[in-house]
Amino acid sequence: MTQDTDHLGRPIVVVTGMGVLTSLGQGQADNWKALTGGVSGIRRITRFPIDGLRTTIAGTVDFVPVQEMSAPALSQRLAELVIDEALTESGIGRPGDFPGTLFLALPPVEMEWAQRFALAAASGADETVDYTDLLRAAGRGGFERYYERFLFGSVAENLAERFGTKGSPIATSTACASGGTAIQLGVEAIRRGETDAALVVGTDASINPESLIRFSLLSALSTRNDPPSSASRPFSKDREGFVMAEGAGALVLESLSSARARGATVLAVVEGCGEVADGFHRTRSSPDGKPIIACMRHALADAGLSGEDVGYINAHGTGTPENDKMEWVGVSAVFGERASSIPMSSNKSMIGHSLTAAGAVEAIFTVLTVRHGLLPPTINYDIPDPALPADCVPNVARAVAVKHAISNSFGFGGQNVCLVIGAG
Amino acid sequence: MPHERDALITGIGLVSCLGSGVEAHWQALNNPAGFAPVLDTTSFPPFAVHPLAEHNFDSQIPKRGDQRQMEPWQRIGVFAAGLALESAGVKGNTALLSTADLIVAAGGGERDYAVDAAILTGYPKAANPDAFLNEHLLGDLRPTLFLAQLSNLLAGNISIVHGVTGSSRTFMGEEAAGADAVRIACARIAAGQADITLVGGSYNAQRPDVLLHYEMGGLQRRAPFEGVWARQDSGGGMLLGSVGAFLVIESRTHAQARGATPFAHIAAIRTDRCHRDPGQATANARAQFEALAPHYDPEGAAVISGASGVAAITREEQAFLASLGLPVRASATAVGASLEPSFPASLGLAALSVQRGALFGPLEAAEQTMTAPLRQALVTSWGHWRGEALALVTAA
Repeated sequence: MTQDTDHLGRPIVVVTGMGVLTSLGQGQADNWKALTGGVSGIRRITRFPIDGLRTTIAGTVDFVPVQEMSAPALSQRLAELVIDEALTESGIGRPGDFPGTLFLALPPVEMEWAQRFALAAASGADETVDYTDLLRAAGRGGFERYYERFLFGSVAENLAERFGTKGSPIATSTACASGGTAIQLGVEAIRRGETDAALVVGTDASINPESLIRFSLLSALSTRNDPPSSASRPFSKDREGFVMAEGAGALVLESLSSARARGATVLAVVEGCGEVADGFHRTRSSPDGKPIIACMRHALADAGLSGEDVGYINAHGTGTPENDKMEWVGVSAVFGERASSIPMSSNKSMIGHSLTAAGAVEAIFTVLTVRHGLLPPTINYDIPDPALPADCVPNVARAVAVKHAISNSFGFGGQNVCLVIGAG
Repeated sequence: MPHERDALITGIGLVSCLGSGVEAHWQALNNPAGFAPVLDTTSFPPFAVHPLAEHNFDSQIPKRGDQRQMEPWQRIGVFAAGLALESAGVKGNTALLSTADLIVAAGGGERDYAVDAAILTGYPKAANPDAFLNEHLLGDLRPTLFLAQLSNLLAGNISIVHGVTGSSRTFMGEEAAGADAVRIACARIAAGQADITLVGGSYNAQRPDVLLHYEMGGLQRRAPFEGVWARQDSGGGMLLGSVGAFLVIESRTHAQARGATPFAHIAAIRTDRCHRDPGQATANARAQFEALAPHYDPEGAAVISGASGVAAITREEQAFLASLGLPVRASATAVGASLEPSFPASLGLAALSVQRGALFGPLEAAEQTMTAPLRQALVTSWGHWRGEALALVTAA
C-alpha cells in the first residue's frame, strides 16, 4: 500500500491489534492452534443443571472467574481480557487511555433468575410470589448493584471507563450479526475522519437456562448431545441446528496513516463492509436470498473488488438447515461458477455459535487465516449435502495463500453483514 | 449557510401519554388552560407512570399477525416509526425505503409475568428447584416470546412492517443510545454514508419488570407526582413514561430532490460520557455548547431538556441551564422519563416548535413563558445514570 486512502478516497482502515477468547481457550495462539487442528470446544454444560433439557451441550467459557455471575458480568470480563490482548499487540495509546471510540457488540441485558430468586426470598412472601412482592423487596433497598449491572449501558460504560476510550461508547445488538456491525460502525467512524482509532469488541457469555431454552423453543439448536464435539456440523447433510457458545474478540482498528505514523504493524486491512436488512420474516431469510446476495455484493463494491478477487469465505455457517442453505444460495449467486471452488469454512464447527461475539471473533480468525495462509477446516463434515456443493475445507486445515477474504454474519431480525478482509 | 449534506428532520412520529402524532402533542402542550400531566396512579401503586394514550395500532400495523408477533414495546415503536414515515411522506415508498437506513435505540421486551410468578412461587418449594426451573421455562414460555424480547427485533419488525431495509443497527444503553443513534445518523448523512435514515426508539413503562429495575436503583418517584423541577425540593426521582419516538433525518439534497417539507435542521449534535463526579457532566455540556457556538444565536432560543428527574444530576443540569438564561421545558414532565426514545422525542418536540416558530407553554411553575418567536432550540439529554448529549435545532 503506497497510499493512505482507498479507491473511493477514504482513509484505509487497518487492524493493528487483536484479542480473542473462545471455548477453545484464551488468546490468539491457543485458539489458532486448536482451530487449525480441528479441535472442538463444545462440551457438556456443567454451569447449571441440565435436567429435562433437549440440548445439554454448549461452548461455554468456564475458565474465567467472575464475582456474582451473570451474562453481563462474564461478557464484560471476557471483553476486558480480549481488549488487554489487542492493546498489547497494537501498542496503541497508554494504559487507561485509548485514543479513540469504543464500539461494543453486546447481548441484550436483562435480570436473571438468580436475582429474581434473591428478591423473592427477600420479599418474605411464601404463598404466592409475583412482581408486587419483588417490587416491595426492592423498595427496602440493598439491590442497587443489580440495577447498575442490568442497565443496558453499564458494560460499555465500565469498559469505556477502564480503557479510557473517547466519547460516548456505542453498544450495539444486531443479533448474530452484532460483531460485524460493531466493526462496520468502527470502519465508518474512521472513514468519516471522526476518529483515527476505534476499539471494536464483540462479547457474549449468555449461556444460562433461559437463554438456552429460548433458542431451544425456536428449534434452532442441535440436540445431538453425544458426543458434544460432533454436534456442530455446518454444511453436512445431517446438520440439525447450531450450538450455543461463548466468547469474545477485540480488534484495534486504525486509519493506515495513523498506524504508519506510529510505526505499528499492520495485521490486515478491513477493505469493505456490506449490509442489507431483510424484511421477509423475523427468523428466516427471503427465499430468493436477495438481501444476502446484495449484502455480499455491497461489501465487494465497498472494497473495490470483484468476486474474482476473493480467495476464502469465512462462512456464517451456523449448522442450521436454513442458514447453510441460504448462505450457499447467496454465495453461488454472487460468485457464480467459481462458488464451488472458493474455500468456505465454518469456524462454528469448532467454537460453536458465539452469537453476539461471532462476527468479531470470526473476523479475527479471518485475519489470522489471511496472515498465515492456512484455512481452518469445517469439522464434522461427514455426509456431504448435494444441495450445497461448497468446498468447506472438510475436517483438515489447508495451506492456501489468500489475498482477500470475506466474513459473513447473519442474524434474526433480518440482519446481514459482510466484511472484506485483505492482506494489506 | 445551507449545505447539501445538512441533516434535516423531515418526519416526526410521536406517541405518548399526550396522544398520537405531532398535532395531538402540539394541542396537549398548548392547552390554553395550562398543561395538565397525564398520569396513571392506580395500576402500579405506589408508583405512577405516564401511560400510552389510547390509539389504534391497526393504522400503522395493519396485519394482526404482525401485531401478535410483538410485545407492546415493539408495537409502540413500529407504530411511531410508521407515523414518522407518514409525516415525511415516504410511507409505502418501497423503492426509497428499501435503501433507507435504520438506527434504533432499544432496550428489551416484556416478560411473561404469569410464567415468572408461577416459577417464583413454585421454585422454593420444589423438590429439585433447578429441574423445576428448566421444566417450567421449557414447558410454559411461548416459543416466539423471545423474538418479542430481543433488542434488535424492534428494528426487525420495522423492516418487516414498513420495508425499511437499507441497513439496520440497534444501539443499547438507555438515554445515551437514543442520542448516539441520532448523532451517528447525522454524521453518516454529513459524510455521504447515508441519504435518509429512520431513527428513534420506544419504551413501555407500563410493565412491572422495568418498574422493578428502577426501584432497585432507588430512583422511582413516589407521591406527590410533581414536575421534574418541582420534585427536586423533595428528593427528585423518575416517573417513567411509555413513548414511541421516531424521526426521519435526511440530507438537504435528498429532501429537496423529492420535494419534502422539512421541520427543522439539526445544526449540531454532540454526545459524551463521564463518571459523573460532581461537575463532570457540566464540563461535558460546556464543551458541547462551545462546539456548537458558531451556529448558536441566543435571540429566540429555548431549551428542551431531557432531565429525568433523578436527584443529583437533574440539579446539576438545572444549574447549567440557568447559566444559559433561556426558557426551558423538561420533556419528561410532559411524557415521562422514557430512556431510549427520550432524546428522539425531545428532538422531535424541538423541531416541531422551531417549525411553528413558538415554544409551547410552561409545563410547571418553574418554567418561564416565552412570547418571542422561537428560532432555535437546544436539546439536552443527560442520562439518568450516564451520558450527556446536546443538539442544536435551527430553522430548516
